Amino acid sequence: MRIALFVTCLADTLYPNVGRATVTLLERLGHQVEFPQGQTCCGQMHVNTGYQQQALPLVRRYVQTFKDCDVIVAPSGSCVGSVRHQHAMVARACGDEALAQRAEATGRRTFELSQLLIDVLGVDDVGAYYPHRVTYHPTCHSLRMLRVGDRPLRLLRHVQGLDLVELPDAEVCCGFGGTFALKNSDTSTAMLADKMRNVLSTRAEVCSASDSSCLMHIGGGLSRLRTGVKTVHLAEILANTEAAT
Amino acid sequence: MTTYLGLPTAPAGVGHLRGSEPFPAAARRALADTQLRANLAMATTTIRRKRAAVVAELGDWEELRAAGQAAKTGMMRHLDRYLEQLEAQVQAHGGTVHWARDAVEANQIVVGLVDATGSREVVKVKSMVTDEIGLNEALAAGGITAHETDLAELIIQLGHDRPSHILVPAIHRNRAEIRQIFLREMADVDPALTDQPAALAEAARLYLRRRFLSARVGISGANFAIAETGTICVVESEGNGRMCITLPDTLITVMGIEKVLPSWADLAVFMQLLPRSSTGERMNPYTSMWTGVTPGDGPQRFHLVLVDNGRTAVLADETGRQALHCIRCSACLNVCPVYERVGGHAYGSVYPGPIGAVLSPQLTGVEENPTLPYASSLCGACYDACPVKIDIPSVLVHLRARHVQEAHRNHRLPSSEAIAMSAASWVMADPDRFAAAQRASRLGRPLGRRRGRIGQLPPPLAAWTRARDLPVPPAQTFRQWWRDEHERPS
Repeated sequence: MRIALFVTCLADTLYPNVGRATVTLLERLGHQVEFPQGQTCCGQMHVNTGYQQQALPLVRRYVQTFKDCDVIVAPSGSCVGSVRHQHAMVARACGDEALAQRAEATGRRTFELSQLLIDVLGVDDVGAYYPHRVTYHPTCHSLRMLRVGDRPLRLLRHVQGLDLVELPDAEVCCGFGGTFALKNSDTSTAMLADKMRNVLSTRAEVCSASDSSCLMHIGGGLSRLRTGVKTVHLAEILANTEAAT
Repeated sequence: MTTYLGLPTAPAGVGHLRGSEPFPAAARRALADTQLRANLAMATTTIRRKRAAVVAELGDWEELRAAGQAAKTGMMRHLDRYLEQLEAQVQAHGGTVHWARDAVEANQIVVGLVDATGSREVVKVKSMVTDEIGLNEALAAGGITAHETDLAELIIQLGHDRPSHILVPAIHRNRAEIRQIFLREMADVDPALTDQPAALAEAARLYLRRRFLSARVGISGANFAIAETGTICVVESEGNGRMCITLPDTLITVMGIEKVLPSWADLAVFMQLLPRSSTGERMNPYTSMWTGVTPGDGPQRFHLVLVDNGRTAVLADETGRQALHCIRCSACLNVCPVYERVGGHAYGSVYPGPIGAVLSPQLTGVEENPTLPYASSLCGACYDACPVKIDIPSVLVHLRARHVQEAHRNHRLPSSEAIAMSAASWVMADPDRFAAAQRASRLGRPLGRRRGRIGQLPPPLAAWTRARDLPVPPAQTFRQWWRDEHERPS
C-alpha cells in the first residue's frame, strides 16, 4: 500500500528518529512510504490557544498537501485528533465551507500509527524486538478524541523481549496540554510530578507513548530529575528488530 | 467569525462569578497547600470510584446520556415557551412568579419578600444560584440573617470560607479542620467534641434543629422545574432541604431560567443520571417536589424567582450554549486532573472545575474571566464523564478563540503572544520558510552541547525549562534526512 507520512512539525524538527522509525516500520511491512514535501504543521497549537484565523492557512496547507493521498499516517494522536476533529471546525468558523468539506474528507483518510497498523493494515505483530522493561502512557487525545483503546498495547504485547508493565493511573493526563504547559506551568508541573511518580513506581527503563509532545514533557521531567528513565516513541520500539539491535 | 450581540451579562460587584486574581496565580498558591492537595486527592478518588461502579451497573448509560442531552437541547430551543408555561402553572397553583434580569434584581426581590414577612432570619437549602448572585450578602445588608442548613454549606458559613466544589462545598476541609470550626463557632457545642463523622454530624444536627423550628422563611434553589405542572424539584442527601421547604410559612425558590424541563417524562431521565453522576448513588435519599401552595399543608406562601444573570447571553452563543445543559452533578470536577490538584477556589467562581471554566466566563463575558478558558489541558476526561454530554473541551477551545478576538478588538497593540502566533502561522504556511526556521532552531544546539540536554531557556520558554529539560535540536531534521535518502540524484 502507498502510505503518505505526515511526520508532524515537532517530530520533523526535534524528533526526526520518530519519523525515520515510522518509515522503517512501514517499509519493513512491505508498504511504500511517501513524504509530501509541502507539509508543515496541523495548526493544533494555534487552534487550542484561540488563534483560529492563524490556523486557517495551516489547515489549507494540510488539505492541499495531502489531497491526492489515499492513506495518511502520523505518529501522533493529538495531531491526528486535530486533523480529524478541528480542521473542518476552523474552516467553518472562518466561513470557508468548501475547505471544511475537503478537510473532512482528508481527515477521514488520516490515521494515527496504531490505528493504521491494526485497523487498516490488519497487523498486530509487526515482528519487532525490544529487550527492555517498558511502561506505556496512552495520551489523552489518542484515548478520548481518537478512541484508539488498547491498540498500542496490543502492538507492544507482540514485541519480542519486551517486558510491558502497567502504568498506574495511566489514563490521567500528563499535564502537557500544548501552551497549557507554559500558561499554567505550575499546574502542568504538578500533573507531571504525579505522572513521573507513577512511571517510576513501575521500575520501567522506558516510558513510551504515541505522541512526541507528551513524551517531550514527561521526558523533560524525567531528564531534569536524572531518573535515568528514557522516553521512547511507540514507532521507535516497533521499528526495532533483532537484526537492527 | 460570529459576532456576539450585546446581550447583558452578569453584572460586576455582586455575587461570586469572578476571581480576584488570574487562574495561574491562584493555582500556584493552591498547589503549595499540602493539606488541600491531600484532602482533594482522597475525596475525588473516592467519589470517582463510586461513580464508576454505579454507572457500570447500567447497560444503557450511553443512551441515557444521549436522552439527557436531547432533552436539554430541545428545551433550550423553546425556553421562552416553557418558562411562560411554568409561570402560568405556578400561578394557577397559588404561587407567585418573579422575573429577575440579573443578580441585583434577584437580590432586591428576595430581600423585599423576606422584609414583607417581618422575619429577620431565613433557613436555606443548598443552592448554587443563590451563591452565584451573592444572596446571603444581600440579605445581610438588609439586616436579615441567612442560615445555611446543608452540612457542608454550614461548615463553609461557620468557617467564613468559600465553597470549593459544587456538590461537596467543603471538600477542601478534613474532619480535624471541621471539628476546629465547630468548636470555635458553635456557641453551645460540647467542648469534648471529637472529629468522628457521627459526632460532627450530631453537633450540626443539634445546631440546625433549633433554626428549622424557629424559621418562618425558607429559601431554596431548584434542580428541576417541570413546566407542564409547575412543579419544583430539589434533590438532596441530608433531609435538611425537606425541613426548609416544609416547616416555614413562606418558601422562596430562586432558580436559573435554564432549570426548566418540559415534562415529567424528562425528569425520569435526569433522576437516573444525576445521583449516579454526583454522589455515585443509585438514588439520592431525599427528592422533594412541590406544586405551588397546598392549603393547610406546608408553606402557605410560595414565590418563584426566575434569574437570568447572563444566561440569555450564553444562549446566544451556538457553541457555548451547551454549558447551560449542566445539571450541577460535578462529575467533571471529580475526574479533572487540574481541579484535583488546585481545588475549587483557584477558579474564583461559585462554579469551579471544567464546567466552571466554560460557564463562568460566558455568564460574565469572556474578558471578565479571560484566564478560565485556559485552565485546562484539554484532556477530555470531563466530556466523557458528563451525564448530558457537554463537549467541554470544544467549548473551552471556542472560548479561547472568543478571548483572542475580543482582546484583539479591545487593544490597539497586539500581545506578544498574538505576534508570536501570527509569526508561527506565517512561517508554517510555507514549507520553505518552515525549513529555514528549522535551520535557525539548530542555533540552539550549543546551549546543550555539553550535557546533551537544554536546561535553561529565556522567557517565555523559561516557563518550560523551570521544571523540564528540552532535547538538543538534532543535527538533521526529518525532511533533510528524507531528501538525503530518497531524492539524492543517483
